[in-house]
Amino acid sequence: MLLRYVGRRLLLMFPVAIGVTLLVFFSIHMVPGSPAYTFLGPHATKTAVAAFNQEWGLNRPVPVQYWFFLDRLFHGDLGESLFYQSSVAQLVLTRLPVTLSLLVGGALLSVVIAIPLAAISAVKSGTIIDQIIRFASTAGLGMPSFWIGTTLIIIFGLVFPLFPVGGYGTGFWGHVDAMFLPCLTIAISISPQLLRSLRTSLIDVLGSDYVAFARAKGTNARTILLKYGFRNAAIAAVSVLGINIGFLVGGTVVIENVFALPGLGQLMITSILDRDFPIVQGITLIFSVVVILTYLATDVTYALLDPRVRL
Amino acid sequence: MSDLELDFDLTPSVVRKRQLRRPPTTLIVGGSIIGVIIVLAIFAPLVTSYNPTTINLLQTLQGPSAAHWLGTDQLGRDIWTRLVYGARTDLSVAFIAVLAPFAIGTVLGAFAGYLGGWLDNVIMRVADVVVAFPFYVLVILLVFLLGPGTSSIYIAITVVSWISYARIIRGSTLVVKNQEYVLAAQLEGFSTLRIILRHILPNVISQAIVFAMADIVNDILAIVTLGYLGLGIPPPAPDWGEMMASGQQFLTTHWELSTIPGIAVVITGLGLSLFGDGLNELMGRN
Repeated sequence: MLLRYVGRRLLLMFPVAIGVTLLVFFSIHMVPGSPAYTFLGPHATKTAVAAFNQEWGLNRPVPVQYWFFLDRLFHGDLGESLFYQSSVAQLVLTRLPVTLSLLVGGALLSVVIAIPLAAISAVKSGTIIDQIIRFASTAGLGMPSFWIGTTLIIIFGLVFPLFPVGGYGTGFWGHVDAMFLPCLTIAISISPQLLRSLRTSLIDVLGSDYVAFARAKGTNARTILLKYGFRNAAIAAVSVLGINIGFLVGGTVVIENVFALPGLGQLMITSILDRDFPIVQGITLIFSVVVILTYLATDVTYALLDPRVRL
Repeated sequence: MSDLELDFDLTPSVVRKRQLRRPPTTLIVGGSIIGVIIVLAIFAPLVTSYNPTTINLLQTLQGPSAAHWLGTDQLGRDIWTRLVYGARTDLSVAFIAVLAPFAIGTVLGAFAGYLGGWLDNVIMRVADVVVAFPFYVLVILLVFLLGPGTSSIYIAITVVSWISYARIIRGSTLVVKNQEYVLAAQLEGFSTLRIILRHILPNVISQAIVFAMADIVNDILAIVTLGYLGLGIPPPAPDWGEMMASGQQFLTTHWELSTIPGIAVVITGLGLSLFGDGLNELMGRN
């Protein structure tokens, strides 16, 4: 049943995947002027330009170019870096774990922050505590994630030196130690969104007929919150995180640069500054694959959590 | 009996007038914050006597004083001045950046929702593809491909953010198009364009306007983030993102350099978010 559901979702993603490859492929054609001179520099030799055009197939008709692009893609070939003596696929693979752990750690931490605060805010709705939490989450909506990171570095790196402020650390616990502040930064920057929708959905649930019935039966408030409130809150959290996955993944690009983490985002920005087009193109593609797969995971989790969704 | 009499008094127009007398607190507070910032930005030359780009290497990294309220940066420029002129740059870019996605998304969303069929399919599939890219990744890629500069920022933000407007407007158009007044307009034989412009849009646009407030916050964040990554508004124009980025080199000795512009962004974002929440409440009442 679940497998059939996943299969159907995968099938629906096929047109999106085609669109993504089209956009990534055509991105090189959006560069004003000649891409070869843009990326190799204005003083590039004729042979280097010819080699670049050959490598990227720019001297062939566009549909043929796209076909070659797809063909190479299916063989796991994302091209060669112009700057590093390495294939893009290899560079991307070595850096993917850093970005994925940042993503997962940030998402988990945001749930840990948002659910209790949303529960307090919803249960004490209208009180001063609720007002404070709501004000803080509204203020949080306008905080640039890199500024949150910098502020955390000032607080936990300089004033109270508790955590490392840059790098990836060595060994498992070294990684955990080094990733805490970056994950916290991501968590703080997406928590306001999560908190606001969780609060609304919890208030809806607590005001619903079935909660009124449970109260009338004499079920105590704690059980109601844990049994009815959190199951629904979890469903809402999954869908809010799912909708914001694009922001979350994009946020890692910025945060990796704040904390000097050797992930995909940092590679993307340095490659942009080096004008290393193949890497930028490859990373854009990988990021969209991550987003598409997360949408799938969100749908499946949602279906598993909410019995009303038919598989 | 008295209750009944009261009910007769409360005609919809009376209720509406009473409610309009008390706008939501969030709307007032948010509006005031934004108002003050906009006034400061517009009258920047009157608020400060310094030039935001004049370098004074004899007075670098000074603390707050009577001459420099918030001190000076690593090039001796007055921080308060750069903050006020930075508001000018960032707010005007953000407010302009929201216009094209708003217009394009609203029109496409209304047509997709009203006409349905292949047009709806094409627009929504394109939206699915754009959404498959992380927001910042696509914006950074586009700015990289088009070259840094304000026009690249406008294009990148437009490409990415028309989708939210299109989805919001399409959703409410699907509801509104089955209302009796739309069916009546169809029976009158009005053209599709007229029905969409005169009958559909006025009833669905308020949600897009509320969303636009949240979207301006996103655009400000995107602009300062691009500035932080060195892909934003080109120097020496004062930009909060660039201020925070260059302040980061002095984090151990002068942390205020990157903290102050951040606080400016947070206050601006807070004002716009509160204003948006208030607007939402106001529209909900009506």
